[in-house]
Amino acid sequence: MKPKQQRLILGIFAVLAVSGAGFLALSALESKAAYFYSPSDLATSDVEPGKAFRLGGMVADKSIIREPDGVTMRFVVQDESNRQSVVFKGIAPDLFKENSGVIAEGSLDASGQFIATNLLAKHDEKYMPPKLDGKMHKTGEVSQ
Amino acid sequence: MIAEAGHAALWFAGAMALLQFALGALGLTDRYQSLRGSAAPVAVVQMVLTCLSFLCLIIVFMRSDMSVLLVATNSHSDKPWLYKFAGTWGNHEGSMLLWVTILAIGGATVALFERALDVRTKTATLAAQGAIALGFYAFLLFSSNPFARIDPAPANGQGLNPLLQDPGLAFHPPTLYMGYVGMSVAFSFAVGALVTRDVGPTFARAMRPWILGAWIFLTIGITAGSYWAYYELGWGGWWFWDPVENASLMPWLAATALLHSVTVLATRDSLRAWTIMLSVVAFSMSMIGTFLVRSGILTSVHSFAVDPRRGGFILMLLALYIGGALALFALRINTVREGNRFEAISREGSLVFNNLLLSIILVIVLIGTLYPLALEATTGTKISVGAPYFNSTAGPVTLVLLIGMAAGPLMRWRFDQAKKVAERLALPALALALAALLLAAFAGPIGILPLLGLVVAAGVAAASIAPLWKRNLRRTPLFTWGMVIAHLGCAVSMAGMAADSAFTKEALVAMQIGQTQQIGPYSVTLNKVTEEPGPNWSALDAEMIVRKGDDAPFTVHPQSRTFTDPPMETNESAITTAWNGQLYLVIGIPKDNAGFPVRFYWKPFVTLIWIGGIFIALGGLLSLFGRVNRDLFSIRRLFGKKVAAS
Repeated sequence: MKPKQQRLILGIFAVLAVSGAGFLALSALESKAAYFYSPSDLATSDVEPGKAFRLGGMVADKSIIREPDGVTMRFVVQDESNRQSVVFKGIAPDLFKENSGVIAEGSLDASGQFIATNLLAKHDEKYMPPKLDGKMHKTGEVSQ
Repeated sequence: MIAEAGHAALWFAGAMALLQFALGALGLTDRYQSLRGSAAPVAVVQMVLTCLSFLCLIIVFMRSDMSVLLVATNSHSDKPWLYKFAGTWGNHEGSMLLWVTILAIGGATVALFERALDVRTKTATLAAQGAIALGFYAFLLFSSNPFARIDPAPANGQGLNPLLQDPGLAFHPPTLYMGYVGMSVAFSFAVGALVTRDVGPTFARAMRPWILGAWIFLTIGITAGSYWAYYELGWGGWWFWDPVENASLMPWLAATALLHSVTVLATRDSLRAWTIMLSVVAFSMSMIGTFLVRSGILTSVHSFAVDPRRGGFILMLLALYIGGALALFALRINTVREGNRFEAISREGSLVFNNLLLSIILVIVLIGTLYPLALEATTGTKISVGAPYFNSTAGPVTLVLLIGMAAGPLMRWRFDQAKKVAERLALPALALALAALLLAAFAGPIGILPLLGLVVAAGVAAASIAPLWKRNLRRTPLFTWGMVIAHLGCAVSMAGMAADSAFTKEALVAMQIGQTQQIGPYSVTLNKVTEEPGPNWSALDAEMIVRKGDDAPFTVHPQSRTFTDPPMETNESAITTAWNGQLYLVIGIPKDNAGFPVRFYWKPFVTLIWIGGIFIALGGLLSLFGRVNRDLFSIRRLFGKKVAAS
């Protein structure tokens, strides 16, 4: 084998490796990427129980209920037209409160409740998830 | 006055960058050969001016000069001095100024100390370095001026993001930037070598210390950043696959591949085109990292402000440099002769394997990081790609890579026999089998990936020290020690990651005063909770007593801090390190008298993750010393011969 042929073969290997990785990545994204849904998106699409996604919206007024164990809480995430109930066990972010934005990571259980494994609250004055930017203010007006 | 001086220095530095590029480029032509030497002193002047400008910015931050817009929006006069100082780069403009400062220092170092390189290649390298710097000066001066004034000046600033008010800020960004920007030097070398068609072992030896240096800084930056996130964010995690973290991981992956391929080029004069290509890729990844973090395209603690114009500007620079380098590569690569041939089973072959797998991981991380952005930009659909994606794809590939890493150093250059390699791997295989047996017998049920991680780590650890077998340790060259220690570090780090995901114990309890909770080998009692005032925050301070068997009990203090400017709350975790792991406690604000929510983690051997990182960096450092020594020696000998011949 001449150096030229070897270079060609190595080049082919490199292209195969990179395109194989690309294929692997894209097919894994299909099943592993978590989509971002608002309560209204959820109402119109059927998301399987157990499939991880992010739920974003406003924490509904007077909806936070704490369980006696002190670490589990239930609340409702709403947008302009729909509501979704959420259960979360853990230390809520300090800026998590009613009538404020939240993004919950988790999945639906069989009964249609959203089991959150992690909560992201609007964590400083400047931060607002881009997609919720408009919606939240609208919802705020409706509820007032 | 100081702000204006800094601004002026920045303009002059930009002019010097232009001059450096022009003189370097002209110096390459036959007609203006005499200009060849003048790019180097200009690079030094540029460095001095940029450092001056950066110093001015540090001074206005230290003095809390609120008439400077950047200080007013990102600092506060009540802050401790360390955060006033480090806060200089805890914002967009300041950190970009730090970026070009390090870039200029890198260029000046090449100008002053690089002697191994052919003079034409060095001139081309400096021209390329000038061109890169020019783009970033333009970016600073036209879209991110750090010295802009505000009138009237506010009495107090808006403060620094509390998550960033940590000693980590003083070290983490500069270290990472040195890594990023060090890759720019490798990139400029590659462009220089393409321009002068001088791709060979001498060039590779000249370039190697720069790659090693940048790679060491990247390794330290990533390791330190991971530990910082671990203790500061209070979630017990050490890597979140956040795009900002990936932004530092991608250049590291490319640099690791480059480090190995440049060794092949230096030792055996093979993989010429591939090494040049990797240099371009590595710096492209640094620029993409800068783009991701600086453009405000991501929403996280690292994106201080959102401004689409800046993103557009960086994207344009990115396209210009990467596109230019790739075009040059396409035009010139045919004139780069093929290197030496080698057999599949050989050291070269194993390093090609290493490069291919690192490239695969790089592509996986790159797609996972950019795909959500591309999808949102084109269709508006928001998705998040996190641990489930990365662990299931990059995880197994990493394990295969580690197995290759065990075998590679035990192979000879040029060609080797599979049977002999297998014999040399017998002992590591035994270690691997032993670990598998022990885990099966004692560990209980653990996930398949952590299990494989632990088993492979044991085998790789044994294999990584195998190159020292039957060797005179005193005469073993430093760079061999470097390789051994760095590879051992990979095994140690992998063991820590796998142990953490396999054995971590976690509990979340609403604690009353006096209540006791069992976690791992410890029992923890909440003794009392008090209010503690800090310099610019007030904290809820929990005093917790930790007991373990008959050992003397000790006290730890997790805190929940409430900052005033800007208003925000952070958790200060209390971490106790034992030889076999860490006890990690976080306290939250109590709600509705339900008790203090406390999160408990017992993380066996988690510290190995960062100890491994330190090993890897240390291995790099030993290698760097060993290589520089030997390369300098051989260069001196070469020049000595030339002098003798003439």
